[in-house]
Amino acid sequence: MSELFSQMDVQTWTYLIVAITFALYIGIAIWFKASSTKDFYVAGGGVSPWANGMATAADWMSAASFISMAGIISFAGYDGAVYLMGWTGGYVLLALLLAPYLRKFGKFTVPDFIGDRYYSKNARMVAVACALLVSFTYVAGQMRGVGIVFSRFLEVDITTGVLIGMAIVLFYAVIGGMKGITYTQVAQYCVLIFAFMVPAVFISIQMTGHAIPQLGFGGQVNDGSGVYLLDKLDGLSTQLGFAAYTEGSKSLVDIFAITLALMAGTAGLPHVIVRFFTVKRVRDARKSAGIALLLIVILYSTAPAVAVFARTNMIETVSNEPYSEMPEWFSKWELTGLLTFTDKNHDGIIQYVQDETQNELVIDRDIMVLANPEIAQLPNWLIALVAAGALAAALSTAAGLLMVISASVSHDLIKKIINPNITEKGELMAARLSATAAVAVAGYFGINPPGFVAAVVALAFGLAAASFFPAIILGIFHKRMNKEGAIAGMVVGMVTMIFYILKFKFGVFDGGKEAVGALKDSWWFGISPEGFGSIAMLINFVVSLVVMRFTPPPPKDVQELVENIRIPGGEKDIPAPQVH
Amino acid sequence: MPMNDPEKQQAYWRENLRYLVILLTIWFLVSFGAGILFKDALNAFTMGGFKLGFWFAQQGSLVVFVFLIFAYVFLMNRLDKKYQYDE
Repeated sequence: MSELFSQMDVQTWTYLIVAITFALYIGIAIWFKASSTKDFYVAGGGVSPWANGMATAADWMSAASFISMAGIISFAGYDGAVYLMGWTGGYVLLALLLAPYLRKFGKFTVPDFIGDRYYSKNARMVAVACALLVSFTYVAGQMRGVGIVFSRFLEVDITTGVLIGMAIVLFYAVIGGMKGITYTQVAQYCVLIFAFMVPAVFISIQMTGHAIPQLGFGGQVNDGSGVYLLDKLDGLSTQLGFAAYTEGSKSLVDIFAITLALMAGTAGLPHVIVRFFTVKRVRDARKSAGIALLLIVILYSTAPAVAVFARTNMIETVSNEPYSEMPEWFSKWELTGLLTFTDKNHDGIIQYVQDETQNELVIDRDIMVLANPEIAQLPNWLIALVAAGALAAALSTAAGLLMVISASVSHDLIKKIINPNITEKGELMAARLSATAAVAVAGYFGINPPGFVAAVVALAFGLAAASFFPAIILGIFHKRMNKEGAIAGMVVGMVTMIFYILKFKFGVFDGGKEAVGALKDSWWFGISPEGFGSIAMLINFVVSLVVMRFTPPPPKDVQELVENIRIPGGEKDIPAPQVH
Repeated sequence: MPMNDPEKQQAYWRENLRYLVILLTIWFLVSFGAGILFKDALNAFTMGGFKLGFWFAQQGSLVVFVFLIFAYVFLMNRLDKKYQYDE
């Protein structure tokens, strides 16, 4: 038996492990089938803090976190901290400023809160538009991630990969709703964290002798020289003309702005917020935010260690070595086009340097995590496990986003605006149909990715920071905030954000993409489009507060609603204020 | 004390806000402070192979964030009990 296992190749292992995990996800969804709209939208509202914490962590950690983040950091060095701090610090804001109060409010969606708190259908519509825009942007990227993993590890083409991914998500999201998704996400968290940590531990031991990657990356290189790994990498990087790894190259103000925008954006993302509607009590919402962040930080604190290991390994393997002596993984990744070597000076030796005119090797940053186990010569089953982990990360996030899209359509548009008399059964059917439609749209974008998918991720966070985050915070902490202020703030914040992205990311007003590089010098306050969400957020706050001063205060029942959500206790439903 | 006593609600809310200010100040100091604004100054110190500013930016802040949320959970559970708002 053990002989059979040691002979199995990567592909067989991948088929086996992926098939087992998929069967598990489908089985869980059937077991936890949704039978009411409350099940479908918020898993019946009875999820335990630990289950919700695990589900939130899986929901949050996408294909990008699993596959790309360590790679991005390994190329960005210190600058990669914007993602590490931005995507975790947001949970502090979420746990302290949003989650407990939204749980007390106790409805189904983020537009529910905006619509009720600001006693206005228009406010609800703005929130729906924003939720749909953010979620579709995000979900297209996840489907693409599924396609890439399938094509690399199972050698099917990307389209087939996306279609398989769609079928799986469709099945368990449509049947299980939020209830099914919650428990598949729990399973997916276990798969993805195991798949991320095991190779990291192996490589850490190989390179530094420490079993804990977080320590290994501050430790000494395992060759008896007594040199610290980070010092070695700083040295290698500067030798090749790159910035020292621990220094980075972005400006201070931009680092500050990007981190803030990602934090506020994280706290304002509807698919994350809605997870806190699924727990039973206010205290469970607080606790499960803590658990979620703890589980996320296990991966996020390992990623910068993996980045350093992978970067050092990569430079040592390829730099100034003959092309003919490259290991097997090198040619395998060349086939995918994610690794390309052009022998510019025809000496048969790989020159990997900062200087564009002399550099001969282009490395796609997504390789760093996916190829890492192969580069470190880990066993085949481990390589297959990484594929299953990447799929778990992509599918869990995609499913969470599809829930937001389907609830926005069936609950916020159909039930609350178009046809308030729809029956419970009709609404549940509408929710399932809109989930199906959303999967189809997401799949289409996964197969035909618009060139702007990567670019609009900045927009998704920026929009969440510029619209939801201030509107919800003010709705809870400022009783006097009224619909005029909130709507004006959201609209102006969103428009400014979209304008800035169009101008500086797409060069729309200056003759297209080619102009983008030159426009760098005219960034407002030296802030990149990625960081502009923080400015747009401030604009929203200022506009909201100014408009509020000149318009009437909210009606008494809304002020009572605010008093009510500030205090935990009592499972009684809060009466929805009238639309005035 | 009745559940909906406005004075009691106000007192509870004020204590909650005080916790928020303290915890969010720490949140700001470790991430935007130690990890970004004072990174270069802190990099003069090392901890094992880590320059201190770099460590705060890529490791330390994340760990402090987790502690902050659990501190808030602890403080608020105590506060809920004190005001009999625990469920």
